[in-house]
Amino acid sequence: MATYAAPIPQVSTDRVEREGQGWTSWITTTDHKKIGIMYMVTTFIFFCLGGAEALMIRLQLGAPNNTLVTPEVYNQLFTMHGTTMIFLFVVPMMAGLANYFLPLMIGARDMAFPRLNALSYWLLLAGGIVFYASLFWHPPEAGWTSYPPLSESLFSPGGGQDACIYLIHLTGISSLLGAINFYATIANMRTRGMSWGRLPLFVWAILTYSVLLIFALPVIAAAVTMLLTDRHFGTHFFDPAEGGSPLLWQNLFWFFGHPEVYIMVLPGFGIVSEILPVFARKPIFGYKAIAASTVAIAFLGFLTWAHHMFTTPIPEAILVFVMLSSFLIAVPTGVKMLNWIATLWRGTIEFTTPLLFCAGFIALFLIGGISGVFLAIFPVDWQLNETYFVVAHIHFVLMGGAVLPIFASIYYWFPKMTGRMLSEGLGKLSFYLIFFGIVITFLIQHVMGLDGMPRRIYEYDNVGHLALYNQISTVGSFILASGVLVTIVNVWRSLKVGVIAGPDPWKANTLEWFTSSPPPVNNFDVVPLVRSAEPMRDIRHEVQRRSSTGVAGAATVPAGATQVGL
Amino acid sequence: MLAFFTPAKGASPNAQEIDTLYKITLYIALVIFVAVEFALGYALLKFRKRKGAVAAQIHGNTRLEVSWTVAAAVILVGLAILTFAKLSSIQNPPNSGSGGAVLGDQNNLIYASNERKLPPDGKALEISVIGRQYIWQFVYPGANEPDGLGAPYSYEEMVVPTDTTVELNISSSDVVHSWWVPELGGKFQAVPGYHNYTWFKVSEPGVFRGQCAFLCGRGHARMITTVKAVPPAQFEAWLAHQKALIAQANHEAQIARAKLSTQTGAGAVENP
Repeated sequence: MATYAAPIPQVSTDRVEREGQGWTSWITTTDHKKIGIMYMVTTFIFFCLGGAEALMIRLQLGAPNNTLVTPEVYNQLFTMHGTTMIFLFVVPMMAGLANYFLPLMIGARDMAFPRLNALSYWLLLAGGIVFYASLFWHPPEAGWTSYPPLSESLFSPGGGQDACIYLIHLTGISSLLGAINFYATIANMRTRGMSWGRLPLFVWAILTYSVLLIFALPVIAAAVTMLLTDRHFGTHFFDPAEGGSPLLWQNLFWFFGHPEVYIMVLPGFGIVSEILPVFARKPIFGYKAIAASTVAIAFLGFLTWAHHMFTTPIPEAILVFVMLSSFLIAVPTGVKMLNWIATLWRGTIEFTTPLLFCAGFIALFLIGGISGVFLAIFPVDWQLNETYFVVAHIHFVLMGGAVLPIFASIYYWFPKMTGRMLSEGLGKLSFYLIFFGIVITFLIQHVMGLDGMPRRIYEYDNVGHLALYNQISTVGSFILASGVLVTIVNVWRSLKVGVIAGPDPWKANTLEWFTSSPPPVNNFDVVPLVRSAEPMRDIRHEVQRRSSTGVAGAATVPAGATQVGL
Repeated sequence: MLAFFTPAKGASPNAQEIDTLYKITLYIALVIFVAVEFALGYALLKFRKRKGAVAAQIHGNTRLEVSWTVAAAVILVGLAILTFAKLSSIQNPPNSGSGGAVLGDQNNLIYASNERKLPPDGKALEISVIGRQYIWQFVYPGANEPDGLGAPYSYEEMVVPTDTTVELNISSSDVVHSWWVPELGGKFQAVPGYHNYTWFKVSEPGVFRGQCAFLCGRGHARMITTVKAVPPAQFEAWLAHQKALIAQANHEAQIARAKLSTQTGAGAVENP
C-alpha cells in the first residue's frame, strides 16, 4: 500500500537582499522599526532643547526684576519652548512609539504605507530644522499661540513668525500622513482573531489620535496660511482696521488647539493602560469603558475650544455652553482614573520603573484634571486665566499625562527595541527625581497665579512671596532636569552593558512580546491566532498547560511542535 | 492661611463673589483629590507583590463603574448649578450707592452691545479703557464739544469715585491686551475692533494694582495700571483738574504750532 508523504513546502524567491547596514540604510529605510527609532531619537533631542529653554526661563524668573535675559530673548524663549514641546516632542514622540509598536501589536509586518511613513519622519525633521534655523536670524516672539495682531508683520517684522508657520505646515503634513497611515494599518492589517473588541488599548488610543489629527490639523493649517498671506501677500484676515478680526484667529487656533491636547494625552493614556495590567498581574479594569471613554473624549474635545477664550468679547451663551461641555468631558477622563486605580486594586504589584512612571502619571494627572475644572468655571477663569495657575494646570496635565507615560514606555519597550534591559537602579532614581522635580516646580505655580502673577512676563516685582515661590519653582526645574539626565545616561550605558532581555522579560500581554528582541525585519515568522485582548498571556498559559500535561503524557505532544498554532 | 489657596478679592462685589465660588470649588476639589490620591496610595501599598499573593483576575464591575460615572456627573452638575446661582451677582452691576458720584443718563451710548450690562437704574460711570503697547489709557465721560471730542483722559492711573458703579468699555488700539486688576474682578481681553465690558464698584477708598494680562510684545511685563478709588468730591476735583491740564497742554501745543508756522529761513518747517 502506498504511503502518503506530506508535501514539503518550498520557498521560492527571485532575489535575496541583505538587510542594510550603516547610516545609509537609515536614510533610505522604510522599515517602521527604524523609522520609529529615528522619530524617538529626534523628538527626544527636541525635548532636551525645549527643556534647556525652560531652564533659562526659570533662571530668569528665579529672582525678581532679574536681568539675565532681555525681554526680547525671554519672549523668544517661551515661544520656542512651547512650540518645541508640542510640535516637535510630544505629538511626534507618540507617533514614533506608534510607528514601532503598532504593527507589532496587531501582528502586522509593517505599516500600510511604508514609504509614506518614511516621508512623515523626514518632514518632521525638516520642520524642526526650519524652525530652529530661525535662531540664527530672528526667533519668533509671539508665543506658541501667535495671536494677531501681534503676530502680523507690523508688530512682528522678523522672520521668526514665518518659521513658526512653516514648522506648523511641515510637521502638520507629517502628522497628517502619519495619521492616515496609522488608521489604514489598524483598519486593514490586524491579524486573524484580532477583532475591534480585542484591540490593545494603546492601539485604540492611536486610532483616536489619528482621527483627531485628521480633523484638527487642516484647521490650523488654514489659520497659519491666512496669517502668512496677511503677513506677506496683502490679505487682512485678522486686521480689524480692514474688516478682519483677531477673534477669528483665536477661534480657528483653538478649534485645533483643544483637540491637540487630547492628541497629546490620549496615547499616554493608552500606554498606561498597557503597562499597569502587566505589573499588577491582572487585566485592565473595564476595557470597554476605557475604549469607549477614549472615543468620547475625542468627540467632546471638539466642543470645548472656546474655554480658551472665556475673557474675550463673545456671547454669554457660548460661555455657558462651553463651561458645560468642559464639565462633560471631565466625566470620561475622571472615570478612567478610577479604572486605572481599580486595575491596581487587589493585584500583586511589581514596582518596576515602568510601573512607577505610570503610578506617577495617575497622581499628577489628577492634579492637572482638577485644576482644569476650576478653569472651566468661567467666572473663576476670569481671575485665573493667563496666570501661572494655567501654567501649573498645563504642566501637570502634560507632564503627568504625556511625559511620564513617555518615560514609562521608554523603560517598558527599550528591551524590545534593543534586546537589553535598562538599569532598574538608575530608572528608579530617574523616576523619583522627575516626579518630585515636577511637583516642586509646578505645584507652587498654582499659588503664584492665585497671587496675581500673569504668564509670559519676563520679570516681576518683589511683592508678596512671589520671589520665594519663583525660587522654589526654579530649584524644582533643575531637579526635574537631572532626572531626565539620569535616563539619558541609563540609555547610553544600557545599550552596551544592559542585561540581555529575551523576547518577553516583563511577562506582558500583547503581541510585540511574542517575537524576538529586537524583532527581525519581517517582525513575525508566524503570528498566533488571537483569542482575547491579551494574546501573549493566553500563549503563556497554553504553553504552561501543554508542558504540564506533557509531563504526564509526553507522547501526545507532536515532535517539532512550536509554541504557535493553538 | 486660606489666602495662600485663593485668588485676590476684597474691593468690589464681583471679585468677592468670584472668590466665594472659587472657595466652594476648592473644598469639593480637595475632597476629591484626597480621596483619589488615598485610593492610589493605598492600592500601591496594600497590593504589593508578596509571597503567596495572587492577583484577582477581575475584568470590571459594571455596577461600580456606572455608579462612579454618575457620581462624577452629579458633582459637576452641582458645580454648574452653583455657578449659575452666583453668575448674576458677578456679571450684573448693581446701582451706585447714595454716597457715590452723581451720574447723568446714558443718552450718548456710542457703543451698543447686547453683552453690555447696565445697573437696574441704568446709571453708571462709563470709562473707556484703551490698551496700547505698553500703556493703558482711560477716557472719561464729559466730552464738551458737539463732535464728542475733548473728553478728559488719563494714562496708567484710573481715578474713580467710591460707592459708584463704574462700567469699563475695554478695547485696544493695536494688539490684543487684557485688562486685569485682580482685587476688582476678572480680566477681560482688549481686542482691537471689539468692545469688551465689565464693571466694578469700590466701597472704601484705596489703591489697587493691576497689569496687562495678555502677551502684547516686549514691554508686556511692564504694562501696569493702578486704580485709585477716592471720595466722589475728590474725584470731581481730579476730573476738573485733568480737564484743565489737558486744555492747558492743548493751548501750549497750539502756540508751539503757530510759532513753527511763522518761522522762516533755516528754521522753517514744512506743514507744521
